Amino acid sequence: MYALLWRALPGPWIVKLIICLILIAAVVFLLMEYVFPVIAPYMPFNDATIEEGG
Amino acid sequence: MRGPGAAQSAGATSAADPSGRGDARGAAAASAVGAGRTDRRRKTEYQPLGPVRGTIRAFGELCITAGMVLILFVVWQLWWTDIAANRDNEVLADQLITDWQENPDNTLPDDPDTPFVADPVAENTGFGIMYVPRFGEDYYRTVAEGVSMEPVLNRMGVGRYPSSAMPGEVGNFSVAGHRVTYGKPLNQIHQLRPGDEIVVQTGDGFYTYTFRNFEIVLPDATEVLAAVPTMPDYKGKDRIMTLTACNPMFSAQERYVAYAELTDWKPAGDGAPASIADSPAFQKVGGDA
Repeated sequence: MYALLWRALPGPWIVKLIICLILIAAVVFLLMEYVFPVIAPYMPFNDATIEEGG
Repeated sequence: MRGPGAAQSAGATSAADPSGRGDARGAAAASAVGAGRTDRRRKTEYQPLGPVRGTIRAFGELCITAGMVLILFVVWQLWWTDIAANRDNEVLADQLITDWQENPDNTLPDDPDTPFVADPVAENTGFGIMYVPRFGEDYYRTVAEGVSMEPVLNRMGVGRYPSSAMPGEVGNFSVAGHRVTYGKPLNQIHQLRPGDEIVVQTGDGFYTYTFRNFEIVLPDATEVLAAVPTMPDYKGKDRIMTLTACNPMFSAQERYVAYAELTDWKPAGDGAPASIADSPAFQKVGGDA
């Protein structure tokens, strides 16, 4: 899987490495900014309010 | 890997090889050590795995990736949400202070001893800053309207239950806040001791509530938000403040409820009460108000 990705990237190894780091940074950013905030309310430790049937 | 003989000959004849410039190899270097290099290069070339080994490797890589994502989620939840929420909180506090300075509210109640009661603001809007010296000298959190996770509790400090009283009003001024993550405004709620002061600053003045007692209840115990806490049938004549947070930490099984009672009120023009006037928190955010 990652071996395929590595071979699909163009350029010498240093360029591949830089592209990889950029890709990792992009994935981390997307997760932290958009995915995790959506998942977080379903985690069992975030509710601080008192409500009917809460 | 190269054999020891190849390594020796390569080291002796060319310094280019250890520097890793495999692609920049010139034709001139392809004589004595050429055989060793070609050998090494061929071994690094791609050899397709069989379907079974390929599937196993892909599965393993997916497992490692999933593990990394889970670790990243924990880092995000425990560390990054605090940083983001604290940053948002500072911005909101600055906005409120600026707003109060530009629109000073000089309306005072007829009786100066009666606390001024403002009208509720729109939901998801900040209207106050809370200082709790027991939570730290530099502790302050904004107070916003509403108790929805986004944006109030996750970004705007503590949130007021819209059904509850306003600061200074007869009844129960109730707020909720995270105990862990998202800036953890009520992280140390269990450190409150009877007599500790909770100062809520609004555009109108400073409301000093004094902590009385706490209670641990189930999440649906709405009676703690009543005007007379735990006695919803009574109308009440006291000015109560209730703080709710989850309990135990990192769980939502129960709620930690802290009760305080209004003991002092000062209009904005009179300056901050002595309990917070010199604190770093007030110097930082509200000092010029």
